[in-house]
Amino acid sequence: MRRIAPALLLLCLPLGGCQHWQSVLNARGPAASTLAHMFWIFVSVLATVWVLTMIALLLALRRRRPEDADPLATNPTTERRMTITISVAIGLTLLTVISLTGLSYAAQKVLFAHKDGALTLLVTGQQWWWKITYEDSQPNRVFTTANEIHIPVGEPVLIKLESSDVIHSFWVPSLTGKMDAITGRQNQIQIQADRPGIYRGQCAEYCGLQHAHMGLIVVAESKEDFERWREQQISSAIPPGDEERQRGMEIFMSKPCIMCHQIRGTDAGGKIAPDLTHVGSRRYIAAGTLETTRGNIAAWIVDPHGVKPGVNMPTIQLEPDEVQPLASYLEGLK
Amino acid sequence: MRQLLILSLSVLALAACEREDREYRANPVTSETEEKIALSPLSAGPSGPTEQRSGLGQQYEENAYHIAQGKRLYIWFNCNGCHAHGGGDSGPPLLDDRWIYGGQIENIVQTIREGRPNGMPSFRGKVPDDQIWQIAAYVRSMGRNVPKPAAPGRNDDMHPGPAEQRRPPGEVMDGGQIPPAAQMPQ
Repeated sequence: MRRIAPALLLLCLPLGGCQHWQSVLNARGPAASTLAHMFWIFVSVLATVWVLTMIALLLALRRRRPEDADPLATNPTTERRMTITISVAIGLTLLTVISLTGLSYAAQKVLFAHKDGALTLLVTGQQWWWKITYEDSQPNRVFTTANEIHIPVGEPVLIKLESSDVIHSFWVPSLTGKMDAITGRQNQIQIQADRPGIYRGQCAEYCGLQHAHMGLIVVAESKEDFERWREQQISSAIPPGDEERQRGMEIFMSKPCIMCHQIRGTDAGGKIAPDLTHVGSRRYIAAGTLETTRGNIAAWIVDPHGVKPGVNMPTIQLEPDEVQPLASYLEGLK
Repeated sequence: MRQLLILSLSVLALAACEREDREYRANPVTSETEEKIALSPLSAGPSGPTEQRSGLGQQYEENAYHIAQGKRLYIWFNCNGCHAHGGGDSGPPLLDDRWIYGGQIENIVQTIREGRPNGMPSFRGKVPDDQIWQIAAYVRSMGRNVPKPAAPGRNDDMHPGPAEQRRPPGEVMDGGQIPPAAQMPQ
């Protein structure tokens, strides 16, 4: 007992991780709640079955057959009792299996029931980041961002999933289950957050070297905050105000950056890497890898392969005095 | 005892297994290599033109990772906008054995870096040097002028023609003839 108790305590320690922003057990949306309920129902039913079976087994082990008993002798009363016990056990097993199966089907109906929502997003999985396009019936209100989704609380949001290279899987554990993003087809999933907060998502299908660093965050906020954010994201980048940032912009425009990145409102129009129009307003850079600070931006530009080995961002040649203006220009793109 | 010996000896053989070296991180301070490449085998005097290669081209050509990255960049930087998937469109084809400005990898790197008359833009300062080498290695693989194991395999999406790996190995004509498409200003 003296050894078992610490071991049990140690085993319980990982449970502490279940309360964070990326946890199935920390359900904050209808789909995730359904899944969490299913999880707890399955765990409790199956745990009960396991405990009962173990008790029966232990009793059977403890109860010895009398020494002089004849193994072939039959007793009609015992025979009848055995038949009843076994029939009940089989009946209960069937009942458990059938009701759990029925429950799973019912839960699937809830999970894949589509409600009409005002907001539709196109999320494209790429090695190793998420491209997010907010669709709108007015073309001038469509905008693209990366790795950060904002949604209004309490509203269903439809997410169309595509992939531009290999199979990825969109998974925000606190809001919904997984859905694959597959090349050449479009999958759909609906997310809804019932409480404001920041939830982390992660690619859940191994997609290459930096699969582990392919995160995204979902920010659920009030309708007013969301609309303010959306208006700000639709707008073009603010021109740099001071001299240093002006120089940073010139450096950005004269380097290979513009081959891949877009900054709306400037000449940079590449579309194969994350849109940087409002990169400073996003909480993380490099798909949830580094917090957006000037230092991290500089570190990322100078040596992307030190942070994410094998990433598709190349090492570009910069003079030492070019790093600081470039980083402060990008940090200032709020 | 002898079995143990044989076993340990065969484990030793594993040391010979070598994985292809994937160089993700280009040296941030390298400058362009000095390649001396002739566009034509013709030169004044009895000896041929002097050439000097750094050997970097061979490293890129024999590396499957570099060629595969080059294939990705070929589409990303819109090379297919003019050269299509190697068959050529408003730009000359890249699959055949005719090379206006030389078909060695060093020639192709130079063509991408400097640009050429009649439409080929210069990508110096726009595409980092290691990526230019990767694209050039992929262009070499189009006519299968790279080792078969290094050439890209099947595509995930639709692609005209067989994968680079399954194409017959080509022969490069140094200097090459000038196709009619390149003789007239366009």
